[in-house]
Amino acid sequence: MSLKDKLDELQKRGLDEIKKSNDLKDVNQVRVNLLGKKGPITEVLRGMRDLDAEERPKVGAFANKVRDDLTAALEGRREELERAVLNARLANEALDVTLPGTPVAKGEPHVIQQIIDQIEDLFLGMGYQVLSGPEVEEDKYNFEMMNIPKNHPARDMQDTFYITKEILMRTQTSPMQARTLEKHDFSQGPLKMISPGVVYRRDTDDPTHSHQFHQVEGLVIDKHITMADLKGTLQVLAHELFGDKFDVRLRPSYFPFTEPSVEADITCFNCGGKGCGVCKNTGWIEVLGAGMVHPNVLKMAGVDPDVYGGFAFGVGPDRFAMLKYGVDDIRNFYLNDVRFLKQFTKKG
Amino acid sequence: MKISYNWIKEYLDLNVSPADLAEKIERTSVEVDGVTQPSAGLKKIVVGHVLAIEMHPDSDHLHICQIDVGEDEPLQIVCGAPNIAKGQNVIVALPGSRIADNVKIKKSKMRGVPSAGMVCALQEIGFSEDVVPKDYVDGIYVLPADATPGDDVYDYLGMNDSLIDLDVTPNRGDMLSLNGTLHDLAAIYDQPVELDQPNVKETGDAIDSELTLHVDADLAPQYRMRLVKQVKIAPSPMWLQIRLWNAGYRPINNVVDITNYIMLKYGQPLHAFDYDKFDGQDVYVRTATPGEPLTTLDEGEHELTDQDIVIADSNRPIGLAGVMGGLDASITDQTKTVAIEAAVFEHDHIRKAAQRHHLHTDASQRFERGVNQAGVQDALDAAAQMMNELADGAVQTGTAVGSDNEPEPAVITITMSHINAVLGTDLTQDQVTHILESLGFTVVASGESLTVTVPIRRNDIHIPADLLEEVARIYGYDELPTTLPTGRMTMGTLTAAQKLMRATRHSLEGLGLNQAISYALTTEDKAKMFTMQASETTKLAWPMSVDHAVLRMNVITGLLDDIAYNTARKVKDVALYEQGRVFYREDGTDRPSEEEHIAGAITGTLMPAGWNQPAQAVDFFQMKGIVEAYLQDMAVNGDVSFVANADMPEMHPGRTADVLVHGHRIGFIGQIHPSIAKQFKIGATYVFELNLQAIIDMPKQENQYDLISRYPAITRDIAMLVSDETTNEEIVALIEKRGGAYLQSVKLFDVYDGVKVPKGKKSLAYTLTYQDKKGTLVDDDVNQAFDKVTKRLQDDLNAEIR
Ligand SMILES: [Zn+2]
Repeated sequence: MSLKDKLDELQKRGLDEIKKSNDLKDVNQVRVNLLGKKGPITEVLRGMRDLDAEERPKVGAFANKVRDDLTAALEGRREELERAVLNARLANEALDVTLPGTPVAKGEPHVIQQIIDQIEDLFLGMGYQVLSGPEVEEDKYNFEMMNIPKNHPARDMQDTFYITKEILMRTQTSPMQARTLEKHDFSQGPLKMISPGVVYRRDTDDPTHSHQFHQVEGLVIDKHITMADLKGTLQVLAHELFGDKFDVRLRPSYFPFTEPSVEADITCFNCGGKGCGVCKNTGWIEVLGAGMVHPNVLKMAGVDPDVYGGFAFGVGPDRFAMLKYGVDDIRNFYLNDVRFLKQFTKKG
Repeated sequence: MKISYNWIKEYLDLNVSPADLAEKIERTSVEVDGVTQPSAGLKKIVVGHVLAIEMHPDSDHLHICQIDVGEDEPLQIVCGAPNIAKGQNVIVALPGSRIADNVKIKKSKMRGVPSAGMVCALQEIGFSEDVVPKDYVDGIYVLPADATPGDDVYDYLGMNDSLIDLDVTPNRGDMLSLNGTLHDLAAIYDQPVELDQPNVKETGDAIDSELTLHVDADLAPQYRMRLVKQVKIAPSPMWLQIRLWNAGYRPINNVVDITNYIMLKYGQPLHAFDYDKFDGQDVYVRTATPGEPLTTLDEGEHELTDQDIVIADSNRPIGLAGVMGGLDASITDQTKTVAIEAAVFEHDHIRKAAQRHHLHTDASQRFERGVNQAGVQDALDAAAQMMNELADGAVQTGTAVGSDNEPEPAVITITMSHINAVLGTDLTQDQVTHILESLGFTVVASGESLTVTVPIRRNDIHIPADLLEEVARIYGYDELPTTLPTGRMTMGTLTAAQKLMRATRHSLEGLGLNQAISYALTTEDKAKMFTMQASETTKLAWPMSVDHAVLRMNVITGLLDDIAYNTARKVKDVALYEQGRVFYREDGTDRPSEEEHIAGAITGTLMPAGWNQPAQAVDFFQMKGIVEAYLQDMAVNGDVSFVANADMPEMHPGRTADVLVHGHRIGFIGQIHPSIAKQFKIGATYVFELNLQAIIDMPKQENQYDLISRYPAITRDIAMLVSDETTNEEIVALIEKRGGAYLQSVKLFDVYDGVKVPKGKKSLAYTLTYQDKKGTLVDDDVNQAFDKVTKRLQDDLNAEIR
């Protein structure tokens, strides 16, 4: 048997053994057996000494090839087995991915806060300042400078928590408008502000009344502000809060601090304007009061009503939240049942 | 005020449905609460003529009636009404009919006797008990004798009319009358309106010989009376009764009904006195003497004050002016001579009197808002005329006048450019003039300037802005363009304080707390708990309830109320925060100062149990972690430290710490005292409250880049036994102070005070990390520093190194 035949034979046997090896240990044993210092390949190579000088390189090259082939086969087999081991382990590690995720602590902003933030952001974008005044107010700012003198019948419309004759819990956030108007320097630009905050009324708490609730009032004063601007601004507000498909309509109303005064209705959420029980079949829902600032309010704050004028509006975030989410009891906003609070996850 | 659609149509040729008319009024004039048609929902209710009547054999009050309902055969109906009698025309609900509240009437048997329907009282076909004539309140209603059996009853009772319920704003007193409403509708529908002019037939003597009025004109700018003699008190005719009950008034008798009818029509409250009950011929309008008694028509007894205006004879008050007449001189069935009063009273007195005596009447409501001061005589004349026509009264000649101060009409000048500048419109002078004239205003134009004379009945219009409203609403708000303000630009940005408050909320939400908004008005007891500074309470003068009577001086109690609410509803895990104001008041001042606070409260577990993690009950350190993370988020510039405070009565004495920034106390944190938890009926609860204003005012750290070392860090662990009194803070402070230049951080990794350490001792273990930013540290340097620190711990804190 020539050396070459021996090598052929060895290669064949080697590949066969590699194929049969079942684990990494086997593979290693086969490698030692075939390629080790005492292995058959080494022995064959040793036998090359007896060959002709002419044949020696040929056989040598062939022997190297056999050794390389076997090495590669061993390596391939090893990788194959390793992959199998890994795959088996991974298969073992498989999870039921439908099990619930590990809970994390996560808090939500109050639904009223979300609405206030939304209104603030809208008006900030239109160049308004956000100003919040004191909750315990002077009668002067809450009423008198709002053109509601003592004995004015409109005081009956707002039942007030008085602390003393002159000090009260604000019934509206408009006192801040009077405070700001007094100080504003119109040579520096128009006054555009909203005042969000808590207000108080002397009411018995029930599903539709709360002695504490929220208001956001807005005020724009400049030289050329129109009622059409008011209408446009309220429309932007309605679109932001409720969506573009909501229309706004104005109706005459009465507030001592505005003239003309209007109520603004928006398209009924429930029926989209077709008419239903929620909107008393009108297709509209009353959402806010507004108007052109009464000249007396400007005069009392030291602003010349012949030069400056503008509009004011007041919205109730509590009412908005009730309408928007169908909340049937205003007290929910102040009792803070966690199951209630969690229903209003902040979007975006 | 409920206004009749049919009545309106007597004066205006409107081709609109009641619903459309109501909609138009709401869009242009005043709010409408609803439109109702009394006959709506009723079915098969007809006139029946009682042919025969006999007692039910098995009952002492039921009658068996044979009733002609216009069919071939009469119906037999069993009826329990005490006032049913043969020959009456009555209201019959036929078998298969539908009466009030959607009740169906079927053929039935009553105690064995077949009954084909029901004889009805007015209440049973939807009338409010308040408007049913007294004679018929406790029985069936008797229809006029000329009613035709079998006809629907609705037209006989005015039930096919539609009633529009106006919710009149305080400024539009004129709309509390038919005439006022007609004026507005005339403008809205651009139609002329012709109102009735009274025409009194005066047949008696001159009034002066029988009546003299003495009137304080400051109390009653106008005060007039007429006398009508020989009146015959009787029920009013049907048409008048219908007008009244449809408007919500109970028909009483012809004289009283006429005064109510005139009020509805003219808006002028009238009062009818029984002249023969006057003591003498003099009538006074004066303030009451304090303590003077008066029994009003409703039999209410009042003790008067010197702020009440009374109508009095020579002897005593006979009426509370503008509010309600007195019982003594009221109209009765025996009345022969009627003194009709038409007046204008000073509105502020009336408003207060109505409040003081809890008598908010239709008269007081109208005087408070102001009546048509140009129409007082018309209303008086119209009433006298009706008493002549409907009660056969003889009207004495002339009117007794006690005061007659009719105001001047308002004259307002406005320019076209102003109108268009404020409304944002392009109205022409013709359009504006036409609108104002359609409202009955007089307009004189001069260039672009309009001089407008406003009728006295519109007492709400004084200044140009009032005219703008008239133009805008009649022109139509829908017609206004929709624009946004233009002009100089302004910046819309939040202030630093506002930004920090938003950041505060976002931070705490990120840390797992839900925002709560609790009541700021609380009990005195709760207001005073958990206070961070000495303060007087601020109390409401007239609270609605003791639960909301005092302004809070802490935010925590509101959160504890919230937790109690959740606990009572079996919600055990609650994590809340609230940002809001507390109110501190100094003795001697009325108005408290307001301070923004931020507070949190957690109970149960913060991290709810899952299938793969057990619930971990909240503890001090969880809350502390939240506060630390929050303060880190706010980047307050200064060391934050926690100093044990055993002195807050509402807090656990061993589990409470003041929170200090740079040595300045900004709040506290800890477990609420178990006895307080018990009081609130809640479990173990951890809270914090911080002065948010202080955090807003503090200097903040700027973010800046710090080189991250490329060189490896070396760590050394050290465990030690120290006395229980030694705090972690002391140990860390010492290590940091004596740790050498390369010490980067000290981290506590174990605390043990169990059985393996001697009593009075605890074991703490720390990892010290050393690093040189500019080179590789050698062990020797670290060993040296570590040995030094170890020795100091032994020497200074008596630590036993393990
Ligand atoms: Zn609807």
